[in-house]
Amino acid sequence: MHPILKLVAQRLALSALLLLAASVLIFAGTMILPGDVAQSILGQSATPESLANLREELGLNEPAVTRYFNWLFGALQGDLGTALTNGRDIAESLGERLGNTLFLAFWAAIISVPLAILLGLIAVRYKDRWPDKLISAVTLTSISIPEFLIGYLLMFFLAVQLGWFPSIAMINDDMGFFEKLRSIALPVIVLTLVVLAHMMRMTRAAILNVMQSAYVETAELKGLSTFMVIYRHAFPNAIAPIVNVVMLNLAYLVVGVVVVEVVFVYPGMGQYLVDHVSKRDVPVVQACGLIFAAVYIGLNMIADIVAILANPRLRHPK
Amino acid sequence: MSDTLLKVRDLKIGATVYPPGEKPHDIEIVHGVSFDLERGKVLGLIGESGAGKSTIGLASMAYGRGGVKITGGEVWVNGRDILKTSLGDIRNLRGGEVTYVSQSAAASFNPAKKIMDQVVEAAVEHKKFSRKEAEARARELFAKLGLPDPDNIGERYPHQVSGGQLQRCMTALALCPEPDLVVFDEPTTALDVTTQIDVLMAIKEAIADTGVAALYITHDLAVVAQVSDDIMVLRMGNTVEYGTTDQIINNPQEDYTKALVSVRSIEHEEKQPTPEAVLTVDGITARYKGLNFDVLHNVNVELHPGQTLAIVGESGSGKSTLARVITGLLPPRDGEITFAGRKLSPDLKGRSREDLRELQMIYQMADVAMNPRQTVGTIIGRPLEFYFNMRGAEKRKRIVELLDEIELGEKFIDRYPAELSGGQKQRVCIARSLAAKPKMIICDEVTSALDPLVADGILKLLLDLQKIEDVAYLFITHDLATVRAISDSIAVMYQGRLARYGSKSEVLTPPFDDYTDLLLSSVPEMHLGWLEEVVAHRKMESAGN
Repeated sequence: MHPILKLVAQRLALSALLLLAASVLIFAGTMILPGDVAQSILGQSATPESLANLREELGLNEPAVTRYFNWLFGALQGDLGTALTNGRDIAESLGERLGNTLFLAFWAAIISVPLAILLGLIAVRYKDRWPDKLISAVTLTSISIPEFLIGYLLMFFLAVQLGWFPSIAMINDDMGFFEKLRSIALPVIVLTLVVLAHMMRMTRAAILNVMQSAYVETAELKGLSTFMVIYRHAFPNAIAPIVNVVMLNLAYLVVGVVVVEVVFVYPGMGQYLVDHVSKRDVPVVQACGLIFAAVYIGLNMIADIVAILANPRLRHPK
Repeated sequence: MSDTLLKVRDLKIGATVYPPGEKPHDIEIVHGVSFDLERGKVLGLIGESGAGKSTIGLASMAYGRGGVKITGGEVWVNGRDILKTSLGDIRNLRGGEVTYVSQSAAASFNPAKKIMDQVVEAAVEHKKFSRKEAEARARELFAKLGLPDPDNIGERYPHQVSGGQLQRCMTALALCPEPDLVVFDEPTTALDVTTQIDVLMAIKEAIADTGVAALYITHDLAVVAQVSDDIMVLRMGNTVEYGTTDQIINNPQEDYTKALVSVRSIEHEEKQPTPEAVLTVDGITARYKGLNFDVLHNVNVELHPGQTLAIVGESGSGKSTLARVITGLLPPRDGEITFAGRKLSPDLKGRSREDLRELQMIYQMADVAMNPRQTVGTIIGRPLEFYFNMRGAEKRKRIVELLDEIELGEKFIDRYPAELSGGQKQRVCIARSLAAKPKMIICDEVTSALDPLVADGILKLLLDLQKIEDVAYLFITHDLATVRAISDSIAVMYQGRLARYGSKSEVLTPPFDDYTDLLLSSVPEMHLGWLEEVVAHRKMESAGN
């Protein structure tokens, strides 16, 4: 077997194992939460009998291990159970929310990843001169401000004062494509500002590291322009670390979006999760946790595989 | 236009240095060097490290490595001063008129790109050829330089060809755009001697065929004597002597040049073996974890007290692996090691402190074998504490004795490794191993990273210490001149096997086996025309091709 296939297969298997371990943690974590679902559903009107009946109905009396496997096999078949609070199918309502979150993350990524890499390349080209310092200063400032504050600041200036964008990012199926884009513009800007610095700095550091190597000197001595040297000779050898940090940030765009969604009242996963955590709706919390874990592990796996594929020694063995 | 291609006048080059604990300041590293190079001629620049020879070579491309800046003088290429020309013109010069071959082709090729893409890049970029023409020319050059399968080797990635082959590819890269001048910066230094000869011949023929001029930079006078028309000897940024190759080799005027021509003046009388051996390596077969072949096959050697056994061979011959087996870092698959009359545990963990003390090691890179944050006194004192439990004044007295033995003296006791020269660092490593009062020291390429004159000093020191301390050396090296200088017996290794083994006089006296013949004949000799003679008489190809 080609060594690359073996390595990729290894990564896939490891990721599956990791996801399984994450599912155990998520399940165990929600088990040790204080409080009782049946109690919180029934609230004031709870009597010992109605509590017992509801527990029986929800399957809360079965042993934890049985419930875990029931949950896991259900999840594998796409059945995440029903929400305790409103009795709706979780997979269905989650699907819509996840779609919205991915829509937001997708546009934030489309803008931030190329921008971060381009800024990184420019920073390397003008290392220690004013463009480099300006780029670092701006991106580091934006990462240092809490995202909810950036969110409210943008809302105040761009939505309230100038009226360019709506202050609340509501979207629904009736809206046209461009209407949707206009609606999510503010959260996309906030997310971009949050992830830009990390990716830009890593691109800069990875390429500068490669710029020290003898083959970059060879390229310079061929009379190539600085930008050609960076683009043709340094960048291809810096891909692995860059992809790693890009994937980490993409994962953040999906998983860490909670605050931004709440600020802009965006109907995504984050909102959904926050709503149901406050209602102690355990199956929903578990389902959200599982999806976040899968996104996180999946993207990091892709980063690993890209790093393997980017290595010419592995791609073309002797 | 006159025939002068490169005219350098009063070239001064400076650099900014950042010494620890001091303010950064500018120093001058080349102090006004002048020379001329005509079209189609080869000028050899020779000197030890720090002589400024690479810096001068790169200055002919208006390039300064790291923080190096050209601070004065003129560099005329094709009738214009390139220190005063525009940036765009410098780009045309680099890779178009002047090209560069570096010491380590392995590091100078981009690992992520095919060889062909890199070889034709400059020619296409400077619009000398179309991509198609350039590739045809590259294939022609591959064939001329003796590369195997010249039509397809360009489709490979750098890690898929050997070091010697890659060095030839780098030469093809430099010749592809039909430059007027090629700067060869130690192009064969990193290669084994038997490979060096082939690459050297290929370079020499390519220079003759294409009519290109060359600056040939090296520290090895014997090598430069084979390829250059003129030689300039440099020392610490100054010209020592500048003349024709014939004059420099056969009639050197300056003392420094004379010293370079006559290095390896060490004479060492071969000692007779004693009845008892200090080290017996008996039928060692070894392989690394994860490999499915043996790297050592049934190796048997003996080392007698107070004597030197030289293990000589090329990279990949298994000589360093043998050292790893003897030190216990790599337990062998088969065979035994007897040391000082007792059987050694194959694994390091099974060895007593006494075993460790009596068997010391000195490494090639003295830099990385010392903790940069410890003083010389601490470094040498550590084995004294560890093996002899010495403390305080007693320890200090012994450290000073050792410092005297290695000819450095007490004033070095509080210095840090960074404050020492390469030769001084290696001396400290020798003192550290001697501090344990060993019966035997494994010396792994201990002079390979040093300039010839400095290496000579280290070898003399080792021989003197052997007389005083009665210590045996297992001397691992690829350098036959070193072997001749210091050994009592020699083991020649080839592809994991002993090719020849015996006393120095036996091994170095004909008739030779084919491999030993190849190895011995490949050592560059300091006379003109040696390269052609030896290539004409070879029986065997080197394994590194």
